[in-house]
Amino acid sequence: MNDALASGFTIASNAQLSVALMISALLFTIGLVGFLCRRNMIIMFLCTELMFQGAALAMVAFARMHMDVSGQVFVIFILTVAAAEAALALALVVLLYRRRETLSAEVWSQLGES
Amino acid sequence: MTPECSIPQAVIAPELAWVGLAMLLPLLSACACALCAALRVKGKAPAIITIIALASSFLIIVKAYLASTGPVEVPIFQWITFAWGEGSFQSFTADCAMYIDSLTLFWMLFVTGLGTLITVYASEYMEGDCGHGYARFFFGISVFLFSMSALVLADNLVMLYLGWEGVGLASYLLIGYNYDRPSAVSAAKKAFIMNRIGDLGLALGIFMLWSNYGTLQYSELFAAMNQGGQSSVDWDLSVIPFLLMLGAFGKSAQLPLFTWLPDAMEGPTPVSALIHAATMVTAGVYLIARLYPFFELHPEALATVAWVGGSTALIAATIGMAQYDIKRVFAYSTISQLGYMFLGLGVGTTFGACYHTLTHAFFKALLFLTAGAVMHGFAGQLDLRKLSGLRHIPGWRIVSWTMFVGCVWLSAFPYTAAFFSKDAILLQALTSERADFRFLGWMGLFTAALTAYYTFRVWFRVCAGPVHFEPGSEGQHDEHDEPTHAPASKASHGAFQPHAPRWAIKGVLLILAVGALAVGLPAYNHVFAHETNWAQQMIAGSSAYQGAGLAANSHDPHLEHDAHQPTVLGMDAHTGLTVVGSSAAIGGILVAWFFHLRSRSAADQLRRALLSRWWIRWLPICMENKWYVDEIYHACFQLPLWISGQILNFGDRHFLDGVLVDGLAKIPMGLARVFRPLYGGALQGYAVTMAGGITLVLAWVTWIWLRGFN
Repeated sequence: MNDALASGFTIASNAQLSVALMISALLFTIGLVGFLCRRNMIIMFLCTELMFQGAALAMVAFARMHMDVSGQVFVIFILTVAAAEAALALALVVLLYRRRETLSAEVWSQLGES
Repeated sequence: MTPECSIPQAVIAPELAWVGLAMLLPLLSACACALCAALRVKGKAPAIITIIALASSFLIIVKAYLASTGPVEVPIFQWITFAWGEGSFQSFTADCAMYIDSLTLFWMLFVTGLGTLITVYASEYMEGDCGHGYARFFFGISVFLFSMSALVLADNLVMLYLGWEGVGLASYLLIGYNYDRPSAVSAAKKAFIMNRIGDLGLALGIFMLWSNYGTLQYSELFAAMNQGGQSSVDWDLSVIPFLLMLGAFGKSAQLPLFTWLPDAMEGPTPVSALIHAATMVTAGVYLIARLYPFFELHPEALATVAWVGGSTALIAATIGMAQYDIKRVFAYSTISQLGYMFLGLGVGTTFGACYHTLTHAFFKALLFLTAGAVMHGFAGQLDLRKLSGLRHIPGWRIVSWTMFVGCVWLSAFPYTAAFFSKDAILLQALTSERADFRFLGWMGLFTAALTAYYTFRVWFRVCAGPVHFEPGSEGQHDEHDEPTHAPASKASHGAFQPHAPRWAIKGVLLILAVGALAVGLPAYNHVFAHETNWAQQMIAGSSAYQGAGLAANSHDPHLEHDAHQPTVLGMDAHTGLTVVGSSAAIGGILVAWFFHLRSRSAADQLRRALLSRWWIRWLPICMENKWYVDEIYHACFQLPLWISGQILNFGDRHFLDGVLVDGLAKIPMGLARVFRPLYGGALQGYAVTMAGGITLVLAWVTWIWLRGFN
């Protein structure tokens, strides 16, 4: 079929793939729930990172399934972006903290309609 | 219906272009006055500039008069020219050009001459406004003189229309000169709107003339008229003079549209004298005289002019008898005298009409200026019951006696200029072959007696009798708030010192009184030396007279009326009319003398007596209330319009605005109210919305996907 098969790698089975995908969905859900339930901005930020990693894990799993490295390349990019974003986001959190002396996200609601 | 017509063919004479300066100079002085206003000039510079410009244009007209030989056309520059084909009705030309014949010169002579004199008068009269409205006032006067010159000198009807609207604008600006007084503002609006009604007629008439003759140039029109109209719709042709007439009636304050003129007295008095007595209001007479050949083609149009003129003369005179405001009396007498002019035009004596215009211009300007001097000196007092015996007050003799001259002339006292001009009109009416014209002639004679009465009512009340006066309220007449004189009159509270006019006012009054005497000279020459009347000669050389000749082909009113031996009361027409006219004037004066000088209480007794009898009490009531014309117009036009305006306003406010516009706007507002809770401002709220939205989209996609696989 393709070069990957010919070179002797075995294709991951459906069971293995679904384990990886379930872990990825679990990571994403933990991140999402954490993001929605917590008020601490640093925790919320960590939760977004969790959601990121969940998505990245799914990509690695699919890449392994299709024997195609482009999924893994994507993940490298995601990690890079996440690192840069972490730097920015933490800086923002520090600035926001300086203004209100609290890390709670509830104090930042001036954009509300009502 | 194409009678012999021999209007002298106009010669094209570009070398006479300097006459155009008579138009240009007032325009330049208007620009200079505007500049003065912009630079906030405090002195009398605007007045001096205007006087110099107007005096120069008067001299130019005099020079043109001395040089004139016959009708000339003077092209100045091409103004409007366009063509959309080769045919005769496929091009439109309106050049800036002048048509100068004796009628033009006749009009321009008194327009520029009186304009100059009245501007000199105004330079003193308006001095209280130096630095405020002074430049604005003289700007208005200059614009007026420019427009009036354009109107009279024009070579085509488009340029005449330009001047026609220009004088309307100047009149509006000057009536509303005291724009902080609501009555002046509404009077200005009234004058402007009523003139627009007339101007609509004039504009339609011009359109009709073009669509019938394919040209608007006088010389070409007169030539085209000889061959009859080219579009052969009879209705079109016969409606032209009626449309033109409407324009003339609006401008000259005739019967359906006269109510603006008395209100126009809100303007400063020099404006009333110049625009609303001597010159602008005669534009209607000029229009009909200039286009007389068209009226000639339609005798019923001329009869309408005569009837409107005659009845306006009578009605305005009856109103004038019962007014107490001097300027209003003179305003109604202006309307009445204009009625005589239209009567003259209607019965076929353009000479009488134009000569009466000339004599009227002088004595009416004189009367208004004396009224202005009184108003100026007595802090705006114009009520003739509150002024008396002016001729005994030092410093007021010239005013009183020049006013006397004006009154004698206005009342057409025997052997004054106005007597001859009115005589020419009434003679033509009384010797007419038409019975209704003869009736109008008798009506005119009756009106002449009324005229003499109300004129001398003013003079006997104001200038004669015991000295007595009450000053007016200066506050209401801002134009009299003179810083130089106010302290003097206010310092001596109880003893108000009337401030007598100085040389500019007195000088102009004297010149005008002499002028009023002088305009009688042509008539004296005619009567006593049997020379041709100068005014008659002037009219005879123009389109106006040639047209008049058509009316009475068999019966030339000016030269041959003796051949027919028409009679008035069994006497020769001339003698008869002299006797009847003189007795009318003298009778009117005697009645005025009795009621307003000898026993003034008799006038009040008469009024009470009239009011106490049921069968006659309507007469004084109607006269004092101006025959309720304003009220009738209010009920017929203003009120329905106001009511429909209220209805439309209601519909606009509550249906268009309330239901359609605001109703549509409420739809997005209602939708927004539904979704507003989603945007609460809390970060997690947005996150939940987002996650929920994604979930919903995913669920939908999955559902589609699953169904697609089923």
